[in-house]
Amino acid sequence: MNLGFFIDALITVVGVTTPILLAATGELVVEKSGVLNLGIEGMMLIGAVTGFAVTLNYGPDLGDMAPWFGVLAAALAGAASSMLFAVLVLTLGSNQVATGLALAIFGIGLSSLIGASYVGMIVPSFDSVFPDSLAGDPFWRVVFGYSPLVYFALLMVFAVGWFLNRTRAGLILRAVGENDLSAHSIGYPVIAIRYAAIAFGGALAGIGGAYFSMVITPMWAEQMTAGRGWIALALVVFSGWRAGRLLAGAYFFGVLMTLELYAKASGFSFLPSQFWAAMPYIAAVVALAVISAREVAGSEAPACLGRPFLPNA
Amino acid sequence: MITRRNLMKTAAAGLTLPALTRSGFAAEPLKVGFVYLGAIGDYGWTWSHEQGRKALDAALKGQVVTSYVENVKEDASAIPVMKDLAQQGNKLIFTTSYGYMDQTIEAAKQFPNVKWEHCTGYKRADNVGTYNSRFYQGRAVTGTIAGMMSKTGTIGFVGSFKIPEVVMGVNAFTLAAQAINPKITTKLVMIDTWFDPAKEAAAAETLANLGCDVIAQHVDSPAVLQVCEKRKIYGFGYGADMSRFAPKAHLTASLDLWGPYYIERAKAMLDGSWKSDDVWWGLKEGLLDIAPYSKAVPENVRAATEKIIAGTKAGTYEIFTGPISDQSGKERVAKGQRMEDKDLLVMDWYVKGVQS
Repeated sequence: MNLGFFIDALITVVGVTTPILLAATGELVVEKSGVLNLGIEGMMLIGAVTGFAVTLNYGPDLGDMAPWFGVLAAALAGAASSMLFAVLVLTLGSNQVATGLALAIFGIGLSSLIGASYVGMIVPSFDSVFPDSLAGDPFWRVVFGYSPLVYFALLMVFAVGWFLNRTRAGLILRAVGENDLSAHSIGYPVIAIRYAAIAFGGALAGIGGAYFSMVITPMWAEQMTAGRGWIALALVVFSGWRAGRLLAGAYFFGVLMTLELYAKASGFSFLPSQFWAAMPYIAAVVALAVISAREVAGSEAPACLGRPFLPNA
Repeated sequence: MITRRNLMKTAAAGLTLPALTRSGFAAEPLKVGFVYLGAIGDYGWTWSHEQGRKALDAALKGQVVTSYVENVKEDASAIPVMKDLAQQGNKLIFTTSYGYMDQTIEAAKQFPNVKWEHCTGYKRADNVGTYNSRFYQGRAVTGTIAGMMSKTGTIGFVGSFKIPEVVMGVNAFTLAAQAINPKITTKLVMIDTWFDPAKEAAAAETLANLGCDVIAQHVDSPAVLQVCEKRKIYGFGYGADMSRFAPKAHLTASLDLWGPYYIERAKAMLDGSWKSDDVWWGLKEGLLDIAPYSKAVPENVRAATEKIIAGTKAGTYEIFTGPISDQSGKERVAKGQRMEDKDLLVMDWYVKGVQS
């Protein structure tokens, strides 16, 4: 085992982690504003198919720029799909859990429909944009060898952490999530702020989805996110709604999954395969237990999470 | 795309049709239904069954009307889907995944006049037959190629679950490679799911990191091949030709061709000779084929694989011929002895040289 071995493993970890981190960072902002959007899986898939389609269709015209537009389109598509949810939940006051689940199912179906004609096609992978001397260097690839989306994901976590805790706008957003009526009564536009938060969450989920169809496996396959949206959702709860812990939690998940693969491939079958398969669920149960234990002492969840806000009702 | 809901709609629209056809034709066409696990566009398992359905449509044009339902889960929700198909007048229904076994038996009890065919299962009834393909015969071919083309002597396998179908594939692949290079080892990663492109890709990356330079897969997406392409190593398609996903890495593929079987069974229905049966066909019967080789496969490798294909078809070559030892080194099959089908169908041990 040498340094190269660990760098290889780290690159796998980063690949596994990044899309979940992106989607979870978006959802963190949504939940901090007091809205629970369960539709991450659907928004990711819509982002995945849109990013792929744009990259494929505009590849001949835009060349190297095509994936950038693909990512932008994925973000816009994710945000647009989240607006469906936002209108139902914020303007019409529908149940957030039911509407979020509907968005997830809708996204799965719509992405399959749009993607039907793209099955079996490939685009070049949206890999490192640094020169080969850095991205391909046996050592420096550990810093420069990733897709631009990896750096973007890290940047977004820090930006969101800073925004929520260090800026006035972030404080207002949190106030809306903690006590919507008070925020409303002192004149903050609760609904507008929540619209913005949901759009941001949708955009990041869309980019997270595009990571699947443009970086990991540059192709489109129905339901290719394979449930990562739900993991992202769990991760937000895991993190106790904190950006720093979200980052740590996402990488913990990535390391765990990569470790599993290495253990199996190396013949260390010290744990039965079924145990590894059950691991995420065990982790979820532990997380829920910890959270409910904390709830007794005072919950970390935004106080208005999941509650409809209808000031005139 | 046909979803369950759409199917109901077309079924409703179709209610008016039989009246028309009855007046127009003497004999009503045989309605044949298919239950699919994945999406027809998966370029893998479900896709190959869909090609089989299309082949049936083309071969018996006018005599059969086929329909399908895709994305049917392997749980209790499959039963209503099967019953729907039966109620719509399908007289022959193929349920195309192992996980539909009990559901097929259950639905068949309620529709005794419908003939059911369950793919890769082992539970039968008077109106339920089973059919399977000798996938491992294709693995013997790709394993030979892996053995001849691997420079590191370490080859990889990304699998789904430890079920006989997959275990047979891993073992046949490894035995065939070892016949070329006895020192070869197969690193095996089971990812505990059939479809998760990101995890499939991570598993392939891990195997490449650990020195595998040829990687086979038994999962449902071409993710492994895309990683092989990126890492400049080799891989194989499974179930379908996947060269479009990895033009350089894709050496060949074992192809599932369900068409010949579907056509034969539909013909048996039409002439009234259908009987519940347990069919296990392979290369010889045309249920399996090998895709065109890529340019990267040298002439001597092609010659070696052609010999295996010909031998398999003639019955002179059988990959599971002793001596075969398991991972612990214990001899499981004596020299010269061939494993029987009943032992193959419950195979739950890996051969020596498989690292899992």
